[in-house]
Amino acid sequence: MSKLKRRRRELRAAGLLTAPFLFVFTVFFLYPTYKVIALSFTDAPLIGEGQWIGFANYAKLLNDRLFFTSLWNNLYFVLLTVVPTTVIALLIALAVSKLKGRMQALVLTLFFLPYVLPVSVVTLIWAWMLDFQFGILQPLIAAVTGKPVPVFRNPYWVMPMIAVVTIWWTNGFNVLLLIAGLRNIPQDLYEAASLDGATPWQRFWRVTWPLLWPVTALVLTLQLILQLKLFDQVYLLSNGGPFNSSYVVLMQMYREAFQLNNGGYASAIAMVLFLVIVIVSVLQFQILRIGGRK
Amino acid sequence: MTARRARNFAFSGIVLIAAMIWIFPLYWSLTTSLRSENRIVSNAGVLIDELNFASYIEVLSTSKLPIWYLNSVATSSITTAIVLVTGMMCAYALSQLQFPGRKALYLLVVASFMVPVPALYVAQFILMSDLGLVNTWWGIILPQLIVPVVVIVYKQFFDAIPKEMREAVLLDGGGEFTLLFKLYLPLNWGITAALAIITFISTWNNFFWPFLIVTSESMMTIPVGITQVNDAFGVAYARMMALALLAAAPVIIGYLIFQKRVTEAVMISAGVKG
Repeated sequence: MSKLKRRRRELRAAGLLTAPFLFVFTVFFLYPTYKVIALSFTDAPLIGEGQWIGFANYAKLLNDRLFFTSLWNNLYFVLLTVVPTTVIALLIALAVSKLKGRMQALVLTLFFLPYVLPVSVVTLIWAWMLDFQFGILQPLIAAVTGKPVPVFRNPYWVMPMIAVVTIWWTNGFNVLLLIAGLRNIPQDLYEAASLDGATPWQRFWRVTWPLLWPVTALVLTLQLILQLKLFDQVYLLSNGGPFNSSYVVLMQMYREAFQLNNGGYASAIAMVLFLVIVIVSVLQFQILRIGGRK
Repeated sequence: MTARRARNFAFSGIVLIAAMIWIFPLYWSLTTSLRSENRIVSNAGVLIDELNFASYIEVLSTSKLPIWYLNSVATSSITTAIVLVTGMMCAYALSQLQFPGRKALYLLVVASFMVPVPALYVAQFILMSDLGLVNTWWGIILPQLIVPVVVIVYKQFFDAIPKEMREAVLLDGGGEFTLLFKLYLPLNWGITAALAIITFISTWNNFFWPFLIVTSESMMTIPVGITQVNDAFGVAYARMMALALLAAAPVIIGYLIFQKRVTEAVMISAGVKG
């Protein structure tokens, strides 16, 4: 077969193989990405044409107190979840990796299982656990505060409790990643450290922690991105309330687009989230690269 | 030695108890679902002491749960199949073929990771509405077909296959499609299974998008459908928990059967080797 003919066949194959993916990717991803950017500069309703209004939506955002409440609640939720879930996952991963055989498999299964549940199942279960009248955790809450608390209707309790539910639901994923990271640390490093008389505490801080850092950093950044996208749990447990105390950015995007029929303004809100997450992702990439070079 | 063994034993015990506390909410929902509504509010203990399936029967017969199962199974299966086939083909081209735009395409796929998908929902909803796909299976499926991680994982695994094997097939007169489906895919059944399971579970569990695109109760998927029952039942804890567990059963059973694959898939898709 001539070289030219072979090359032509290769190009044709490449075209055929990439075409289905490219089609789907272009129509359902690239085009909506372009569209949401374009919409954010218009006053379009959800369905129908709008007028180009320049940066007016963004200017409106700067004067929208609800938007700043949403941003603040997102940040608050990030503080409540990202580091705590990573610490809890690390403790669980360290404990699980000390176990052997079937015991390890069983314990890991129990810790991981909530992660595969649909979010609405998780919220149903926790709404029952924390039910104001009959919730099994209410005696515990009453022991601390003196009386039962309707947690998802209380502005002080709502975000921390949604954080608890979220950590319970998603923590298994972090545990898995950290266990994988722990397994990749060569065993002889621990033996060498033991021979040098290192205490378990020293072994953790001098061997485990630095070698696990790339995975820990990955978990932290994946969590950061995930938790910024908070919507489902809030919608299902508190619907943004009470008094907007659990109102978050995607909640506002949803309300503006699908209840108030402001497609353009909702797109501008989406763009802010978009930019925040892109920036976080780029930073993550840089941090991981620097970490990898060491 | 015995002191050390005793210590290990105690440690295992403590970790096991911690794990049981962790899973308690799920266990408690099971206990609740098997009791009569009257006993639930009467402070009965935490042990399963009653096997009353009335709530399960009532949920299955009065709600649209069977239809939601069907919608979920259909949309998740179709999504998974399309994501895998298109992703695998594209990954093969990226990995094994030289063509103009190859590098740009790969960078585009990697960059798309960064985009938070919910930020596109408004635009995707408008698109689906223009295509007349609101309240349809395809409306649920199409925007969920973007799973760039599948392309990237496949590409990594295809890259690792020795070139000599490829040359052998080419000398036998095989084309690129023969290579992909007779050599590269069979060598990667394991990863295909892992990717299929993780894609299926995440599509099955997606709440936000199906919640937006479906308004008619008979088109809902499980995660969206069960939130509708909430209002219909009023206060009915046993039935709510039976509903939750019936909705969760497929993923729980699936996970327990394919546990190893799920774990593998989670690690691979996050770029961590187990």
